[in-house]
Amino acid sequence: MIHQYQLNGYNIVLDTCSGSIHVVDEVAYALIAGYKEKPEEQLVRETLAAYGHLDGVNEAEIRACLVDIRQLEREGKLFSEDTFEPLASQFKEKNQDVIKAMCLHVAHTCNLNCSYCFASQGKYHGERALMSYEVGCRALDFLIEHSGSRRNLEVDFFGGEPLMNWEGVKQLVAYAREQEKLHNKRFRFTLTTNGMLIDDDVIDFCNREMNNVVLSLDGRKEIHDRLRVDYAGNGSYDRIVPKFQKFVAVRGDKEYYMRGTFTHANPDFTKDVFHMADLGFDRLSMEPVVCAPDDPAALTDEDIKIVLEQYEILAKEMLRRKKEGRPFIFYHYMLDLTGGPCIYKRLSGCGSGTEYVAVTPWGDLYPCHQFVGEESYKLGDIWKGITNESCREDFRSCNVYARPECRDCWARLYCSGGCAANAYHATGSIKGIYRQGCELFKKRIECAIMLQIAEKDL
Amino acid sequence: MERIKTIETRNLCESAKNGGCGECQTSCGVANQQCEKAKD
Repeated sequence: MIHQYQLNGYNIVLDTCSGSIHVVDEVAYALIAGYKEKPEEQLVRETLAAYGHLDGVNEAEIRACLVDIRQLEREGKLFSEDTFEPLASQFKEKNQDVIKAMCLHVAHTCNLNCSYCFASQGKYHGERALMSYEVGCRALDFLIEHSGSRRNLEVDFFGGEPLMNWEGVKQLVAYAREQEKLHNKRFRFTLTTNGMLIDDDVIDFCNREMNNVVLSLDGRKEIHDRLRVDYAGNGSYDRIVPKFQKFVAVRGDKEYYMRGTFTHANPDFTKDVFHMADLGFDRLSMEPVVCAPDDPAALTDEDIKIVLEQYEILAKEMLRRKKEGRPFIFYHYMLDLTGGPCIYKRLSGCGSGTEYVAVTPWGDLYPCHQFVGEESYKLGDIWKGITNESCREDFRSCNVYARPECRDCWARLYCSGGCAANAYHATGSIKGIYRQGCELFKKRIECAIMLQIAEKDL
Repeated sequence: MERIKTIETRNLCESAKNGGCGECQTSCGVANQQCEKAKD
């Protein structure tokens, strides 16, 4: 299977199953498009009629190009077959009970009152609560006990607003550091925060201990303050931006990223991305809101058309700024073409409900942070372990081939079947298809590949 | 005349031979990840 598209002056051909990427001229583009559909003589005749007026295009050249296409096909770099289906369940079967990553909900409460929050202002449709030290330690022990031979373990401090349980976070990091020596493990910590409680202690500690910090900012002041307000209704932009700038200035080369959400109010979200870049932030992410279609924040079909154009605008502006010596990273455009994930990872997806779980302040286990509060998706708890085996089996069987629509999708080995939570919230099933998400994802991958090509200046 | 330029990518069929070690970071997408072994 191949995917052909034209973007920013490039004719691009992606071979889905080998991962090969080809940049071609218009003659090769036309020949590849008709290669499997038309008899060779007809293809040569039609291509000559369409492009024979161009310099260097004659019948011999067209036939020579067909030889090159055939050679690429023989090498498995064009029209390669999908032979991966038998591997799809192997990765999760091999690692059947291994858990290596955990989202610790240290605070089911928040000091902001954002109407679009998937976690219902941090409470996840339940009671306000902070995770105790005892529950946190037991959760970390549970992770170590279930990590098998995995050395790298990941813990995300999440909420709500995790800084509302800041002393708890620091104590749990100290406990984990003791345990990792005893068990030959390596913890990687991350923290997601709205920034309201950042102070020098938070900055110093995070820059020492957190491998990554996710800082929530929606971009322009009028956009950010529209939805990210405190309980008195006051916007938070002026209070958090100076803190974020100070945080990032002393973070050095450690990872961070600004994470915004765009809604019906700003489908022209690139203005918010560029605003954040102009504030001095250079690792950026802006995500489409996921909510009920009748929510005022929901993106409409008209919005989606704008958003698709915006992704192209973003890619072109990134190239321009890079040439000017002021580059920034957009998370969805990061592609490592030679060191990316192996086929097993690409087939099996994010690992929610299998190797990744979320833990509530009470020690209950869920497949991921976006399922917390959905009682039917409760997997068990950190004392008894996973008791809802049918739910876990449902997640274990989630892979690229679990949805008929994905089998015919050129992007399947990049999206790995997509986000189970988004599918569930959009369709009621974790194996449903969140079509809006698919459309946006495919455009992002097209742009990301184009950026790779442009940076190699082919 | 060179009409097709192929850029260097990791061949997905080749990567299948490694069996998947599971040490890479969890994702929330897979496409943007790096292989832990490739990083080393």
